[in-house]
Amino acid sequence: MAKPSERVITIPRMGTLQLMLEDMFARLDVKYIMPPPSTAKTLEVGVRHSPEFSCLPLKVTLGNFIEAIEAGADTCLMAGGCGPCRFGYYAQVQKEITKDLGYDVDWIVLEPPKKGFISFLRTFKKMAPHRSIRYIWRQVLISFEKARHYDSIEKRLLHNRAYELEVGASEKAYTEAIDILRPAVSKEEIAELAEVALKHMDESVAMDKTKDVLKVGIVGEFFMLLEPVVNFDIEKWLGERGVMVDRAVYTTDWIAPSLANQVGGLSKEEVSKYADKYLSHTVGGDGQQTIAHTVLYVEEGFDGIVHLMPFTCMPETIAKSILPKVSKDLDIPLLTLVVDEQTGKAGFITRLEAMLDMMWARRAAKAGHDDWIPAGAGTH
Amino acid sequence: MAPTVGLPRALLYYKYHAAWDAFFNHLGVETVTSENTSKKVLNIGLKASDSEICLPVKVFYGHALDLGEKCDYVFIPRIVQVEKGSFTCPKFLGLPDMIRAVDNPPEIISPTIDVRNGRHAIRDAALEVGRMFTDDEAKIVKAYKLAMKALRKHEKDLVKENIEKTPIEKLKSLIGGNEGNKEPVLRIGIAGHAYNIEDPYISLNLIQRLKDRGIEVVTPENVPMKKIKKAAKDAPKDLFWNYERDILGASYHWVKNKVVDGIIYVVAFPCGPDSTIQVFVEGYAKKEGPVPLMSIVIDEHSAEAGLVTRLEAFVDLLTESKLSAQGV
Ligand code: SF4
Ligand code: SF4
Repeated sequence: MAKPSERVITIPRMGTLQLMLEDMFARLDVKYIMPPPSTAKTLEVGVRHSPEFSCLPLKVTLGNFIEAIEAGADTCLMAGGCGPCRFGYYAQVQKEITKDLGYDVDWIVLEPPKKGFISFLRTFKKMAPHRSIRYIWRQVLISFEKARHYDSIEKRLLHNRAYELEVGASEKAYTEAIDILRPAVSKEEIAELAEVALKHMDESVAMDKTKDVLKVGIVGEFFMLLEPVVNFDIEKWLGERGVMVDRAVYTTDWIAPSLANQVGGLSKEEVSKYADKYLSHTVGGDGQQTIAHTVLYVEEGFDGIVHLMPFTCMPETIAKSILPKVSKDLDIPLLTLVVDEQTGKAGFITRLEAMLDMMWARRAAKAGHDDWIPAGAGTH
Repeated sequence: MAPTVGLPRALLYYKYHAAWDAFFNHLGVETVTSENTSKKVLNIGLKASDSEICLPVKVFYGHALDLGEKCDYVFIPRIVQVEKGSFTCPKFLGLPDMIRAVDNPPEIISPTIDVRNGRHAIRDAALEVGRMFTDDEAKIVKAYKLAMKALRKHEKDLVKENIEKTPIEKLKSLIGGNEGNKEPVLRIGIAGHAYNIEDPYISLNLIQRLKDRGIEVVTPENVPMKKIKKAAKDAPKDLFWNYERDILGASYHWVKNKVVDGIIYVVAFPCGPDSTIQVFVEGYAKKEGPVPLMSIVIDEHSAEAGLVTRLEAFVDLLTESKLSAQGV
């Protein structure tokens, strides 16, 4: 095992998490290796070594760790948790597995601050042993603020893509916008460059804002929402078919669910306000949020909801048991997509296409045409 | 006619029925406990529940909806934390809402049981329920006390203090059926949730099958809580699930003190907590024992034939290793 100051840290891949941690590690002079982008092979490696019935995020992130260790990382940084869902044991399970595979690596588990703020901070110090806790914390906060902006830029992409005149133009602008913000170091620079980046998203792409678009909200388990390799990048698929997409959670919302300035997330009070009629208690993971966001999207006039979840996910199975009632009561088309390692993109696309047809038909019906299709017809 | 409250014979009924019976009894409320799980009950559950939910929750739907037809209310408490800092399964947190989301749901009584709600959390929950039936608060408090007493007695009755002290050879005379037989007496620990292993329909009669062969069976509920807690300290992380802590602690205890010849881990498909804990228990049984461990995954398609074959093989394996250990 490496000496603390010579560690080479790695993390699992998940949406924009890389961007945030690259920035943070640079500030703290931490050596790191990012796992290569998740591919079908990553999934295969993860699945091969995971317990059969563990949930997909555990398997994919295990694949990330193994690939990064093979590439030279010697310390795995993983988030912890204190229930009620099994996410809190991922790190321990993955540690056992990598040990059994003969990898000699250290694990740093970042338990949530509510388990003790000081030990939360000390965990960071393990990564940067020569820095003061005070300094580390300041840098973490700045990095986090920057990450909020990364998320806002991504959100803009999901909204704008539906209006682009040339397919792929928003995506290109997104990559450029991230590069604009990336070099920002101080708080002032971050604020300034974030504004430039967002402006770039809006102004460098030719868009037809008068276009009639469908609005679809994506809800479900956070990892499924944030990591394109497991959701087959359906946001892109929808966007390119003229659908304005909004997502219930962004990386920073997940990291700090109760703080202000959420990009897509809801506060505890809001979750309760929108979900309680159907699910009046947290059920771990994102189960109650899924219900809350669904209700809120309906209030905001969305045309349909896509619910994404890993196979065997407990909180989302609870949500899935309740969503048919929500869909019926609120008259909103809803499609639950359950993903496991055998899921193929083709099946998803067929069902999404059917849903698009139905949403357009409902639009037409509302506008006075007669081909009305009842809500719930796309629910599975 | 007095109002009736239905108690679904499923899930945490297996842990807490002593308390529920005593509580409603003292209040003079008539309770109706659903019949044993059967094909009929399961089918009601399968029809009403989401296909991805775990088997015992599907079974629960069956019991609850069946009772809904027969009673005024169905009792489905939301059991969140019974010990500070450790949760039950997420499914128990959402159970009342899941049942409410079916077409034509029964009327449900669902107090929240969460010890984080203050020192008198459980008594307050009892008061909330009791007030539906009487204005006599003193009577409700009395009913609550009787319920807790009944529960403690029930739990104590299940504990078998001296299991590990019984020399395994002496067992022969205790359980009988093996006299004159050269086979050694086996003791098998069944790890798993009471609502799975004690429900003969769900578990395909596992416990009785073993007993019929003259095998002694022990379950986590037979292990004293002190020993469970002590053994569970060996877990790679403090367990934030109460019932799984018990399963893991009991299994660790069996392994560490070599009090069983083998362990059968019964997991319902797809159970989140068990699939996680199982990894720890399997690793521990291998490294600290080794104690042979067999996992059985059960779902609504589980067939008797498959179980029987695997049981035979496992029992043979245990018998052989015991014989060779005894130098036979
Ligand atoms: S929320 Fe779902 S995916 Fe996440 S740990 Fe829990 S069961 Fe697994
Ligand atoms: S502990 Fe497992 S079997 Fe029990 S309700 Fe939860 S998921 Fe189902």
